[in-house]
Amino acid sequence: MQVKFLAGACAVALALGLGCANAQMSGKAVKIGVLSDMSSLYADIGGAGSVAAAQMAVKDFGGTVNGVPIEIVSADHLNKPDVGKAIVQKWIDEDGVDAVADVPTSSVALAVQQLMKEKQKVFLISGSASSDLTGKACSPTGVHWTYDTYALAHGTGNALVKQGGDTWFFITADYAFGHALQRDTADVVVKAGGKVLGSVDVPLNNADFSSYLLQAQQSKAKIIGLANAGGDTDNSIKQAAEFGIVKGGQRLAGLLVFISDVNSLGLDTAQGLVLTSAFYWDQNDETRAWSKRYMEQIHKPPTMVQAGVYGSIMHYLKAIKAAGTDDGPKVVAKMRELPINDFMTKNGKLREDGRVMRDMYLFQVKSPAESKYQFDYFKLLATIPADQAFRPLSESECPLVKKG
Amino acid sequence: MRSALAANLEVGFAGRRVLGLVLLAAALGAPFLFYPVFVMKALCFALFASAFNLLIGYAGLASFGHAAFFGWAAYVTAYAVKSWGLDPVSGILLGTALAAAMGLVFGWLAIRRQGIYFAMITLALAQMMYFVANEVAFTGGEDGIQAVPRGTLFGLVNLDDPYAMYYFVLAIFLIGFAIIWRTVNSPFGEVLKAIRENEGRAISLGYRTEHYKLLAFTLSAALSGLAGATKALVFQLASLTDVFFSTSGDVLLMTLLGGIGTLFGPAAGAVIMVSMENYLAQFGSWVTVIEGAIFVVCVLTFRRGIVGELARFFPRWFADGGTPR
Amino acid sequence: MLGFIHIAFPPLPALMAQLLIGLINGAFYAMLSLGLAVIFGMLGIINFTHGSQYMIGAFCAYLLLKFLGISYWWSLLIAPLVVGAFGIVLERLFIRHLYQLDHLYGLLLTFGLALILEGLFRQEWGSSGLPYSIPPTLTGAYNLGFMFLPIYRGWVIVASAVVCFGTWFVIERTRLGSYLRAATENPALVQSFGINVPRMITLTYGFGVGLAALAGVLAAPIYQVSPLMGSNIIIVVFAVVVIGGMGSILGSIVSGFVLGLIEGLTKVFYPEASSTAIFVIMAIVLLVKPAGFFGREFR
Repeated sequence: MQVKFLAGACAVALALGLGCANAQMSGKAVKIGVLSDMSSLYADIGGAGSVAAAQMAVKDFGGTVNGVPIEIVSADHLNKPDVGKAIVQKWIDEDGVDAVADVPTSSVALAVQQLMKEKQKVFLISGSASSDLTGKACSPTGVHWTYDTYALAHGTGNALVKQGGDTWFFITADYAFGHALQRDTADVVVKAGGKVLGSVDVPLNNADFSSYLLQAQQSKAKIIGLANAGGDTDNSIKQAAEFGIVKGGQRLAGLLVFISDVNSLGLDTAQGLVLTSAFYWDQNDETRAWSKRYMEQIHKPPTMVQAGVYGSIMHYLKAIKAAGTDDGPKVVAKMRELPINDFMTKNGKLREDGRVMRDMYLFQVKSPAESKYQFDYFKLLATIPADQAFRPLSESECPLVKKG
Repeated sequence: MRSALAANLEVGFAGRRVLGLVLLAAALGAPFLFYPVFVMKALCFALFASAFNLLIGYAGLASFGHAAFFGWAAYVTAYAVKSWGLDPVSGILLGTALAAAMGLVFGWLAIRRQGIYFAMITLALAQMMYFVANEVAFTGGEDGIQAVPRGTLFGLVNLDDPYAMYYFVLAIFLIGFAIIWRTVNSPFGEVLKAIRENEGRAISLGYRTEHYKLLAFTLSAALSGLAGATKALVFQLASLTDVFFSTSGDVLLMTLLGGIGTLFGPAAGAVIMVSMENYLAQFGSWVTVIEGAIFVVCVLTFRRGIVGELARFFPRWFADGGTPR
Repeated sequence: MLGFIHIAFPPLPALMAQLLIGLINGAFYAMLSLGLAVIFGMLGIINFTHGSQYMIGAFCAYLLLKFLGISYWWSLLIAPLVVGAFGIVLERLFIRHLYQLDHLYGLLLTFGLALILEGLFRQEWGSSGLPYSIPPTLTGAYNLGFMFLPIYRGWVIVASAVVCFGTWFVIERTRLGSYLRAATENPALVQSFGINVPRMITLTYGFGVGLAALAGVLAAPIYQVSPLMGSNIIIVVFAVVVIGGMGSILGSIVSGFVLGLIEGLTKVFYPEASSTAIFVIMAIVLLVKPAGFFGREFR
């Protein structure tokens, strides 16, 4: 009878223990929602590639965490903040989603960040660039994983001025993001000793840049900064080639260029372009191995956004395991404790404002002659250490950062 | 024949009352069956489409620029509630008032022309308002105005509760719809229908058609603004998409699908379109293809729209005097 | 942010360069609005699908090169024929049912067709642009003194001017054109003269669509070939047609070029407004002279 009692007690204790572990996990699964632009401008930057990267992360992690399965759901936010917000709201209220990943397009990311802050769920931002996500709009559960406008501005801006590109002319997409990018880069250029000779605002989704490129040409600035993204950037670069701008001695600085842009432009048109990125598939053995697996599903080279989705989800899952719970704030606290080391990030750290500190890299697009095999697009010009790439806490407008 | 007609109308009237009650019951119970935010979105667009229909279905004026009223009311309400701390009702009234003022001005300009020219003027004006929305600082550009607080209704009911908010939105919808119903079934409404059928004859009968058209336009704009202002509080967000041309296209599609010139048609069309967008969202571009296909099918074979076709088969239940062209 | 003159009045050579650029854009507007005007003038249909047909023309050129290795020059011939034939199929299946109805229905139908086509292409090719390079014989630039004009852009102006003038000539000055114009005014009477009016109408639609496709092939090397390229340009082209006069061939050609010039100037002095300027002009024209500069008012 004593044995029976003990056995029963053990069984109860075990059940309670297991039950407790499960009770710490909300719901029957850990669900991660990949919200991206699946059909429009940024579909190649994130899109289906982000979903594939997310699924790779779940598979590599083993499919379950703390005894519950991991599920990936996805949706298209159509680059509209109200659509994106509505999707996330439904995900959280009805579908038991615990975290949201990717979200390119800053206006959508800002809306989602607000929502995730209220609901205390984790937001793994890879696609969006706005540095406000770790500034004015920071959140205790926001994790800005991959890059931001500050890093792009400092990377490309500083590097080019150091190389002698001290006069700049901006071609800027006339919306908040374009202006932010121009402002951040102009600040950097001026601090580094350069001069901004002029700028021109271009309506969004404009097809023809010839007039603006001509103005840039006439300014005789050494560097023409393209403060735009997606199709606008591609069009500017293509038409710049047509007008012989690079041949005429001026250089183009794509302030937000992804490998997918270079892929669609072709090396002929894009050669010589300088850009800042957090990742390149061909950097080292680890990146090559990961990218090879990725490209078996998606037959295009991964962008830093897609690699970032994998990395952020892996780190999130590791933190859930270590913390024993999927409660938002607790997991993020764990994510801050654990160092980040994977194929993409070495010695990375999540800061209190939500910014992941990582090294950034300055690349230049190879010429067709220099490219030896498929997707051999970039050569590394410089590595920008994390503390130089991102806004220092002392300059942060984030209310979570303790001052003094 | 007369007595048969009278008998028909009598039966129809009772039948329609029952139908109305059924719909009302469904509307009251909806938030418990479906996700509240989704049904609120459907109600806002149902009001928007019904307001749009007032112009196209009853006055015969096709406007391509209604997004301007919808979107700008959303901006003004969002800004008033967020930055000036207005309570929700005042905020919505302010947005609606702005939309009415815009409607008055745009209407006065556009009414001077007919048919496709009228439509193109409304399009041009809406595009200009889109440009202004992008340039002016308070609208927040393409980030829009975010984190709009819902506030409390008359200081009593907290609208952050989805059920409270739903019934508030339902009340607004019913008020707006009642205004439209009253307008259509009134002497004013009869004159509008006359203008739609044959403007020349209406003028020869002594009606100042310009005034009627302008009033209809302003009313339509104001109610579209009401829908937009409410939507801003539902989603707690006002963005550039609300003023973009595609929103004008969406409301046109909803009205066409539901039945131009029928009373319930546009609302039905709106519910169908919102549901479709919701459940098919994961299919990406196929949604666009399906929308296009609906346009094509509706224009070729289904010109009366869903409610219009139902009215043909069940005239006693649905007949309300709105015969489309 | 409502700033006004952004830069001081540029020196004359710079201004001339901008005007030339404006003229090149105007060439596309002219060709596209010409197709629209022909279709509207002859069929009374407001062909919203025009933008998609322009996009399909560019895609034709891209696909011909990619899968069949067919060069740009042949594409200039093949793409309009292929897309024109497709247009004829659309007309036979869908559009011809609407001739008796209000113009609005034609607009809605073609708008729906445009959505379907754009959605299908987007589903297949995504939204980023696809590369298409300038044909080797047309690369390089002329030094005009005040600017370097890429040879290809000069070719675009010449080609579109020729096509526009040719179309205008055929419609206004030849017998075939006179049949077309008569058929617009009074189809029954012209039919009774033994002329197959429905076939003429179908072929006219095909021709208008072919013009759009031709513009697409011309655009492929300089703009990105993308499923969105049609919807971006169609509304502007509408404004051009309205300003020129909805049924007028000459009107659409002239306003296309002139509006390209005006847009070019706006890009210099108030660039943010450059895509809105045309709408402002359209609104003014509609209020002052709704028939447009060259058109005759119709009900």
